[in-house]
Amino acid sequence: MSDLTRLTLADAREGLAAKTFSAVELTQAHLDAMTRAKGLNAFIVETPDKALAMARASDARLAKGEAGPLEGIPLGIKDLYATEGVQTTAASHILEGFIPPYESTVTANLWRDGATMLGKLNLDEFAMGSSNETSYFGPVVSPWRRKGSDGEISDAKIVPGGSSGGSAAAVAAQLCLGATATDTGGSIRQPAAFTGTVGIKPTYGRCSRFGVVAFASSLDQAGPIAKTVRDTAILLRSMAGHDPKDTTSVDAPVPDYEKAVGASIKGKVIGIPKEYRLDGLSAEIAALWEQGVAWLQAAGAEIREISLPHTRHALPAYYIVAPAEASSNLARYDGVRYGLRHTGKDIVDLYELTRAEGFGKEVRRRIMIGTYVLSAGYYDAYYLRAQKIRSLIKRDFDLAYQSGVDAILTPATPSPAFALGEKGSADPVEMYLNDVFTVTVNMAGLPGLVLPGGLSSDGLPLGLQLIGRPFEEETLFSLAQVIEEAAPKIGLPESWWG
Amino acid sequence: MSTHVNSSKLIPGATGEWEVVIGLEIHAQVTSKSKLFSGASTEFGGAPNSHVSLVDAAMPGMLPVINEECVKQAVRTGLGLKAQINLRSVFDRKNYFYPDLPQGYQISQYKYPIVGEGVVLVDLSPTEQISVGIERLHLEQDAGKSLHDLGANDSHVDLNRSGVALMEIVSKPDMRSADEAKAYVTKLRTILRYIGSCDGNMEQGSLRADVNVSVRKPGEPFGTRCEIKNVNSIRFIGQAIDVEARRQIGILEDGGKIDQETRLYDPNKGETRSMRSKEEAHDYRYFPDPDLLPLEFDQAFVDELGAHLPELPDEKKARFVSQYGLSPYDAGVLVLERASADYFEAAAKGRDAKLVANWVINELFGRLNKEGKSIETSPVSAAQIGGIVDLIASNVISGKLAKDLFEIVWTEGGDPALIVEARGMKQVTDTGAIERAVDEIIAKNPDKVAQAQAKPTMLGWFVGQVMKGTGGKANPQTVNEILKSKLGI
Repeated sequence: MSDLTRLTLADAREGLAAKTFSAVELTQAHLDAMTRAKGLNAFIVETPDKALAMARASDARLAKGEAGPLEGIPLGIKDLYATEGVQTTAASHILEGFIPPYESTVTANLWRDGATMLGKLNLDEFAMGSSNETSYFGPVVSPWRRKGSDGEISDAKIVPGGSSGGSAAAVAAQLCLGATATDTGGSIRQPAAFTGTVGIKPTYGRCSRFGVVAFASSLDQAGPIAKTVRDTAILLRSMAGHDPKDTTSVDAPVPDYEKAVGASIKGKVIGIPKEYRLDGLSAEIAALWEQGVAWLQAAGAEIREISLPHTRHALPAYYIVAPAEASSNLARYDGVRYGLRHTGKDIVDLYELTRAEGFGKEVRRRIMIGTYVLSAGYYDAYYLRAQKIRSLIKRDFDLAYQSGVDAILTPATPSPAFALGEKGSADPVEMYLNDVFTVTVNMAGLPGLVLPGGLSSDGLPLGLQLIGRPFEEETLFSLAQVIEEAAPKIGLPESWWG
Repeated sequence: MSTHVNSSKLIPGATGEWEVVIGLEIHAQVTSKSKLFSGASTEFGGAPNSHVSLVDAAMPGMLPVINEECVKQAVRTGLGLKAQINLRSVFDRKNYFYPDLPQGYQISQYKYPIVGEGVVLVDLSPTEQISVGIERLHLEQDAGKSLHDLGANDSHVDLNRSGVALMEIVSKPDMRSADEAKAYVTKLRTILRYIGSCDGNMEQGSLRADVNVSVRKPGEPFGTRCEIKNVNSIRFIGQAIDVEARRQIGILEDGGKIDQETRLYDPNKGETRSMRSKEEAHDYRYFPDPDLLPLEFDQAFVDELGAHLPELPDEKKARFVSQYGLSPYDAGVLVLERASADYFEAAAKGRDAKLVANWVINELFGRLNKEGKSIETSPVSAAQIGGIVDLIASNVISGKLAKDLFEIVWTEGGDPALIVEARGMKQVTDTGAIERAVDEIIAKNPDKVAQAQAKPTMLGWFVGQVMKGTGGKANPQTVNEILKSKLGI
């Protein structure tokens, strides 16, 4: 039964409907795969009992013909989503052992539609990181490995990207049929690019943030990572929707995204932003980008060069806005009501000891940056200017869309995945640069989809990014399906991990 | 900004007279069933932590959702303060760490409040009215409560109040004496109670004041101010201002200077003391709350609320003056509380309103005050006061007897007309009976008659005797007339 893990979500859905296999069998196959893959460290908590109980309930509903759209589909949940009765940590020591008495809206939507939960996926602490190395529970290892020019596979451990590293690695290693993820500056899309999976960050407001541990509220957005464009579309439909408990969620009907998969893209206008041709962009990524253009053109899309002139300011502005909000959002982890508490001689001591012990280095760094940029005398120079830049970035996109562009094609990342410990230890900015193509999308609140386009010379996945108009995720799914069909099949890595 | 200098309000010092300048920030708890951003109850007096939602406790991933009722109350209050209503306002985070502040920030409004400039008219005496400018009104969350006396080594936190909606109403520095400040708070409380947006109950903390005090020589620029935090009664507001003004004058007259700081008033010791200096002041790192969209509504929303606003004290007062012919001062006293005004109107219906106003203000309010009762718990109803006034107006009883009657109604209750009937309190207007009484007294006191004829002011003695002889029931005017004619004066 182990080959059940090789199915796509859409295939598994068919198999379950046809009773080729049961939800319990499907879930068990993934639980077995998880057991063998402990070395990847993709999960913080595995919930096999819950998974099987949910699968049995799914089988009962399937038998009665009452199946939901995701009936019996085993999923991994990023440990940033609160799950009732199951530890939720944000990969931070400060929340270790925290068991929420409530469920996030997005996961509740998935359970409503019949999905089963395999466990909670590892991530960068509080979603702050681009390599999944900042997790208190240890780094996630990508199932991908480098291949030498001689075809020899390297033993070097590769990062899955971050912050949704556990989600991307688990999908790539076929430990789940799909996973929830979140994206504040690229945390869905960069790991998807690094692991040869498909991830979409929908328009800000498309998914509820209720019950998702906040990093930067004005940028955070939930989305799925899955094996194919179609699978991603299926998951997003269940995750999305208006939620009265999140006033930034948008009250607009959720389309059947799957219908857009395979739709014609003839006449769609694709913008190619010249500012994304960075100095030092690797030749193979530049080539992949060209290739992506050609694939879309071949399917009848019109290609147009566009300008997004404020792009170069996006990353610095992002690293002001996001830490500013984070410094405030993380103030609640104070040792008073829940989570880690390190008592001291007085309340200030308690705060300092708890937070020093509970937060990792990168989180502390961002709290410090955020506190600084909001301080009296610095607010105007940093936070306010960053917000102005944000408006300008958004206007760049607005103008492009007003000129008739339907979507924008860019590389997903400036480089393929790197090895554990290779980046950012001396200079955090080296790590931050991973987000250079993705942060603009969060700053403008737009939908962005990343999918694999090919392999690097050393055998690692390379991703392309499609950026859409607000709430026009369907266009992205249609375009992505064209690329997915045209691109060489990179497949998913063969198991070396057990 | 008002620039009036009233010499009677100046405080004498060793170097001349000083003017005190006062501005108030009033924190008024919004009357609403649930909190500003959560569905938890706002009820006072629950067991600790019994009215706490996941949002109030700032659990991970929780988000605030604005309570529309609180927004309506703020708009209604803004209309009552004749203030600018801002159709777009923004919620900001005020960041600081404290155990009773679960989020690590208070959601408040900083740059863009829901209500802008307005004005409150304040009566100080029958002849003096001042106008106090309103700088702004904004909505914000209340904090919880830290309890330090439950254990020897630890503190406890009660989050029942955490997240309850407050309106912070900021005045301009337009007050020049403790009495002005007290009268302003009283008037503001009246307006809030009329509107029903705050119960104004200071004992339960529904209304608290931060008092900004500075002193200056008349005509000079504003001095450095100190802020006295969290004063919770009108009396203490007055005391704190007087004490603080004298403290500042003392420092300045000794050649010192005032440090801008936050102070606390200690009513037991009758002094203010420093809480934190300007250097120790928090850097609150305000920024717009990204969890909340800007608060926007249209003019129609405001107009609809305005259309259902009750008659407010100033309008009611003006109407009492024009409709009932009351003096502005009497009208002002009657409208101080909506219940009193309603009581008056019920009693005045179809009667001599001025006479009713006299009875309500002098007899009833006086007695209520003395007994510590409110108009709601008055033993004498509006109908009963009306009945007493009817008996006076129709000359059935004299004013003096009416007071006795009021006393009986107060203590025993009953229909005033029936009481008068049953107890024979009717005024004697039968001239025959009065003449007989007069004749009797004249016959008994020839010496006094001679005196009275020489000195007409002696007449009062005869009136007293006649009244005594008739058990107080004789109509005093008739007695006077008969006495004058019989004595020939």
